[in-house]
Order: sequence, then structure tokens, then C-alpha cells
Amino acid sequence: MNRDHPAPLYNLPTNLGGFAVRVLFLLMAACFATAVNAQSVLVWGTTQVPRHFNPAVQSGIATMMPGAQIFASPLRFDEKWQPQPYLAESWSFQDDGKSLLLKLVPNAKFHDGRPITSEDVAFSILVAKQNHPFQSMLAAVERVETPDARIAIVRLSQPHPAILLALTSPFVPVLPKHIYGDGVDPKVHPRNTNPVGSGAYRFAEYKAGEHLILEKNKDYFLPGRPHFDRVIFRYFKDANALSLAIERREIHFTPFWGELAMIPRFEKTPGVAVTQKGGEAIGPINWLAINTRKKPFDDVRVRKAIAYAIDRDFIVKKLHGGRTQAALGPIAPASPFYNPAVEPYKVDIAKANRLLDEAGLKAGAGGVRHALTVDFIPGNREMHQNIAEYLKPQLKKVGFDVTVRAAPDFPTWAKRVGGHEFDLTTDSVFNWGDPVIGVHRTYLSSNIRPGVIWSNTQSYSNAKVDELLPKAGVERDATKRKGLYQEFQKIVVDEAPIVFLNLLPYYTIYDATLKNLPLTIWGACAPMDEMRR
Amino acid sequence: MAYLAIVLRRVVQAIGLLAAVAILNFTLIHLAPGDIVSTIVGEMGGASEETIAELRRAYGVDRSYLEQLGIYLGRVAGGDLGTSIYYNKPVFSLILDRVPATVLLLLAALTMALVVGTALGVLAARYPRGWFAAVVNLISLFGFSAPVFWSGLMLLLLFASVIPILPPGGFYDVVAGAKGLAKALDIAHHLVLPATTLALIFLALYSRLARASMIEVLGSDYVRTARAKGLPERAVIFKHALRNALLPVVTVAGLQFSAMLAGAVLVETVFTWPGLGQLAFDSILRRDNQLILGILLLSAVLVTFGNLITDILYRIVDPRIKTDG
Repeated sequence: MNRDHPAPLYNLPTNLGGFAVRVLFLLMAACFATAVNAQSVLVWGTTQVPRHFNPAVQSGIATMMPGAQIFASPLRFDEKWQPQPYLAESWSFQDDGKSLLLKLVPNAKFHDGRPITSEDVAFSILVAKQNHPFQSMLAAVERVETPDARIAIVRLSQPHPAILLALTSPFVPVLPKHIYGDGVDPKVHPRNTNPVGSGAYRFAEYKAGEHLILEKNKDYFLPGRPHFDRVIFRYFKDANALSLAIERREIHFTPFWGELAMIPRFEKTPGVAVTQKGGEAIGPINWLAINTRKKPFDDVRVRKAIAYAIDRDFIVKKLHGGRTQAALGPIAPASPFYNPAVEPYKVDIAKANRLLDEAGLKAGAGGVRHALTVDFIPGNREMHQNIAEYLKPQLKKVGFDVTVRAAPDFPTWAKRVGGHEFDLTTDSVFNWGDPVIGVHRTYLSSNIRPGVIWSNTQSYSNAKVDELLPKAGVERDATKRKGLYQEFQKIVVDEAPIVFLNLLPYYTIYDATLKNLPLTIWGACAPMDEMRR
Repeated sequence: MAYLAIVLRRVVQAIGLLAAVAILNFTLIHLAPGDIVSTIVGEMGGASEETIAELRRAYGVDRSYLEQLGIYLGRVAGGDLGTSIYYNKPVFSLILDRVPATVLLLLAALTMALVVGTALGVLAARYPRGWFAAVVNLISLFGFSAPVFWSGLMLLLLFASVIPILPPGGFYDVVAGAKGLAKALDIAHHLVLPATTLALIFLALYSRLARASMIEVLGSDYVRTARAKGLPERAVIFKHALRNALLPVVTVAGLQFSAMLAGAVLVETVFTWPGLGQLAFDSILRRDNQLILGILLLSAVLVTFGNLITDILYRIVDPRIKTDG
């Protein structure tokens, strides 16, 4: 027998291929046979997995998104930064701004049927005050009085205009006191992953890291809402898998999408729409922080030289393909407190070199003036690693020998930066609506706290800034308040403890048939009780 | 009695080894910079000094290394793997939740790799200089060289986007909410891509192994004798050659199970497959130390006791191995 041409082992039936395909289709048909009416379900896709769903004790978009659907809050804000009624049908400041009276709607109930009273509101404000990571947000709250079941009076130690924004879904969900008031630490309360709220959707099922199922709250206190029978959060580990699911129209709604490379694909996908509107209060700014405690960065001329050496236009237009917006200062452009009249630091290598010469940083061998390290947060490559790598050749033009230092994970980076063991680092920090909540922390010299990430890790200290920020925090006159913050922005940009680069690009990818998208200042971190097909 | 003494000695050695592994794991994780509180604070968007100190106190990460190690070993000795700080749930229940998905993935991938790999290898051995053998060689080379996350992404693109017949990820379609048989079929549908991806690399190994082994066996005297007797080729291959050719494949397959578990970490991540691999990957990034330690200890227990059982079985099966240790 010729071993190169042996006899066939089997004569396979010629129609086997066709049979296999038919079996496959039958299997798939069986899988799809139970598909429910897509009109009644909103499938929300995200890579941001929450630890739990209680925004009173945990900040971050991952918790805020589902939290805002499960819990109602005293107030909500519209797209013009104006407070709107929610659980509180009306509100007013009294005692020269040192008291806030909230009058609750009469018919609101928790998902377990118990009525919501001012006791629950008072309890929730105090839980957030004691446990929320943003301590400045409710620091002025002394106590909450409850003269009757529908009236809550928040007593403040000083006027605190930011409190209206603080009483919204991302920060102060109204918690049921009869559940959370059992003495268990709210930060680790078992009901945080199985919550009872009073929002548009009630909790049904959570498989950690896989999915969360919410069902329509049929007793929602706002009549005629919500419009979906179920909202299903699907958690993806990988953005590629999520993008495929979006293209296949398996996902209807994906807010806070930051992977720029995939946006053009979504824009070309039939039935899929893309927007950058909504969520302006979050104010995510991407920046290059400078450790002002270390020499030679303690010299403002050196910091300004770094700012002049960086081509922000190149970052925005080339590295980010024109899909991000330049950031000029510490307050995001959409904020009512934004000041565009600051030094824009247009790229000017000659000026940068001149400033470095003036600072006495002379070029040595090979034209090197100083060796420095640039750190970056691991995760979003486009916003951090790419920029850090761009800085190496760019800062070389003015004599800095840059070493880009990677960190294997967030804790490692946070330890370096929080411990002030860095020269320069890219970072993304959020405004969180009111400067008192998200801006003061970075610039007040009283907040230089080694070991605490997103405190004043630059060790920046300026007496005028230390005077302006507390004053702006308590100023009740909106125009005067804006003026104080504008002055602050000018100083900080001029002294360059931070080089502001761009806004993080947050896109919402959604099924084009959806209407009433959450376009308010909190975007998808606000209740989505009006969204429908 | 001699056997019993050896078994007891081996068990004691295994427990000692596990204790050493537990201490080593704990020490290595402790040496890494940062901790779970950094992760939580990062996800919170920052926290005050007081909050951070309180979290560190609450989670016990403010204690000294020796204190933490003592508490950990004491708890493990009592059968308690601790509580995941991130999920606020017992580690054991989290692991138990994820085991079925991983076992399903591993068994599917192993079966696919063994069956298809062996079949390809056997066929390639039958036509060693033909185009089929060249194709099998190419597949093997590709399967061996391509990183598992890359081949996973390519398969994902091909079968979930270009020819969208398979789901892009997940364990089952939570929206459809299927029950019973429909759910089982749905899971099978979701299993195709991750299992194929994981199988690819091992398929390459088994096909090459089966091919080499089969070529060797087909050249042996007893196969020539079988052919000379006039046995049909099918009988020569399946009754005489294949059984012997399979021996090295089966041996290697057993040894490769732990490597497959490592591959599952990446595959589960690419396909959002909710198994132990994904849990381990997430817990490492989050520094959820109790959970990492629990998963590592469980793996160590499986490997140690697997080896222990093999060791004992060897002694029973093969009396030539001395009983004195």
C-alpha cells in the first residue's frame, strides 16, 4: 500500500455540512425564542462595575448611574444648572442662608411600600455627611430638624450655596431609615447591594460584575413615569466586547464612553447615535500636575516654562483626533464659574527656554538642563500614557530629560502621587458640579495631605487662593461668587502648579430610537425617568 | 500499614507545603505597593484623610505585616477564607459562585482541543507530505504563536461583528431571560467563542503531539504486520495505532490542566465570561487581597492534592515504586 496515498477512512455523507448548519440554526433559534419585547427593556452597557449602589457612601460614576435610578433625592438639576423639584416639591433658604427648608411631596413611597418622611431625608443627609468621601460637600450641615413629616430644615454653620447641588442623586439619595438605621455601618451595609429606594426603578437582581436588573417602580411618585418595564445594566470587562455589543444593537445605552478610537465606528453604525451632551457638572479635566515641593519645580518660572513647552493643540487635534476639548483652567468650561480669560499658554519654545535660563537652569552636556520623571495613571491609554510619551520628546526641546514611569495598577500610581513621590504626573480630576465639592481640594494649602490621593498633591500654596476659595464657598450672591472664582482661576493658571490639558471626552452611545436622553448636568448620573423610545 | 504511613506522611507534607504557599502568597501581595483602600478611594474620586484612615482601620490594612499574617493564618486554619473587601461578601461564596463557569469553559476547551487536535494530528500523520499536513502544521504554528487575547479578539471580530452569528461576551443573554433547556442552549451559544479561543493553543499542542506520535506508531512493526494480515486501514488506525499514539497526548493533557486555568484568566476577560479567571484578574487589579489569597490558596490546594492523589495511585498501580518514601 502506498503510504502517501492511503485508502480513505470513511466516506462522509455529502450533506453533513448542510445538516450541521441546520442544527446550528435550530439551536440558535431556540436561544432566541424567548427574546422579550425590546420596547419594554432598556439595556445599559458599561465597563464601570460598582462595588454597590449606595451613592450616599460611595462616589464615582459606577455607583451613581444605577444609584440615581434606584434612589430618589430631594432635588434634581436641569441642563441650565437650575435646581428642580424631585422629592422636595419646594425649597427656600432662610436665616441669611444658614437654613434650608425642604417641603416634601405628599405621596412618595419607598419600594417596600413605606411612606417617605422628613425623618428619612434628615437621616440620609446625615449619613452622607458622615460617610461620603467628599467631606466639604456637607461640612456646613449642623443638624436637620423635622418639625413635621413633610418638612425638613437643614441648619448650616455658614451659608453654603453648594448644598442645593449636593442634595441631588449623585450625592444624597434618600435612604429608608427603617432599613439603614439599624446601626450597621452604612459603608458596608448588606443592603447596599440589595437596596430599597424610592426612584423610578426598583432593584430586582444583581450578579456581581455581570448584570444588574431593575424593574419599573409602579408606585413612583411622579405619575406616568418611568417608561421602561426593565432596565438591565450589562457589565463588560473589555471595551472591545462592549463596542461589538453596541454595534449589534444588543446594548441600547452606553454613557461615559471614553475610547476615542471607536467613536467613528459608532457614528457609522446604522441605528446608533452618538452625543457629547449631558453630564457637564462632572467636569472631568485631564491635566499634568507638577510637584511644587521639589526643586526646581518650586520655581514658578520652571513650571511656566513647562506649560509653554507643551503644545495643547497637538494633544487635542493630533493625539485625540480633534475629539477632545482643550482645558485652560481648573474649572471646566461648562460650569457657570468658568473663566476663559486666563493665560492660554500657547506653545512657545523660545519663551520656555528664556524662562528656564532666568530660573538658572542651565543646559549641561547634551543640552540637558534637568532630568525628570513623568508618571501617568494606568488605564486610559489615550488620555494618559500617550500624553506622557508625547512629553518626552516635547520637553526635550527645552532641555528636560524625561523618563516616562509606568505603574502596573492604580494603587501603585496613587501611592506615588499621594505620597508626593513624583515630579510630574498626568491626572484626571472631576469638578463634581460645584467648586466646593471638586475644586477646592486641589488648591487649598490646608489640604496638602501626604498619603491622600486627589488632595493638594502638588503641595501648591498661595495665600490669596487660600483666602479666595473659602470666601467663594459661602458667598450667596451668584455674581460675586463667580467673580471670586474667576480671580482664583487666573492666579492658579498663572502660577501653573498644574498644566491643564483637555477635558475627558465622555460620549453617550445610544439606540437612535431613544428619546428624552438624560441631557441634564448630571447626565446618566441623574434619574432617567423620562427616557423612552 | 506501610501504605497508610506513607499516605499520612504525604498528607502532613502537603499541609506543610500549603502553609508555606499561604505565607509566601501573603508576603508577596503585602510587598506590592498600594492597597484596597487606594482602589476604593480611586473609584470614589478621592476621600478625606479621615475617611482613608477609617477605611484602613475598618479593613485591618493599617496593622503590621505580622499581625495581618497571624490573623490570616488563624482564619484559614479555621476554614475561613475571609471576606472580600471590594464585594463585601465571603471569599468562599464568591469563589463558589464562579467555579461552574470556569469548569464549563475548561472542560469544553479541553474536550475541543483533545478531540479536534488528535483528529487533526492523526489525519496529518496519515498524509504526512500532503497539503492537509501542511495546513495542520500551519494551524498548529498559528495556535502556538498567537497570544490567546489576540486570537480571542480576532475571533470576536470575525464571528460577533463581520459574520455576527455568535454573541460578543457574557455567560447567557440576561435580556432574553431564558429558562431550562433554552437557557442551557443559550449558555452553549455563548460558550463557543471563549472555548474555541482557549482550545486553540492546546489544540496546536495536541495535534503536533498526536501527529508525531502517530507517525512513530505507524512506522512500527506491529502496524506493518497488521497491514500485512490484510486488515482494513480503518482497523489498523483505530484498533491498533491510535490507542498507543494517544498515550503521550493523554499524559500531557493531564499536565496541561493548570496551564489551561492560567489561559482562562485572559479568555474570561476578553469574553466577559464570569469565571474564576476574571475574578482573579479583577481582584489583583483592585488589590482585594483576601480574594486573591483565597483564589491562590484554592489553586494550591487543587494542585497539591492532585499531585498527592497521583503519587498515591502510582504507588498502588506500580509496585516497583518503593514504599519507603
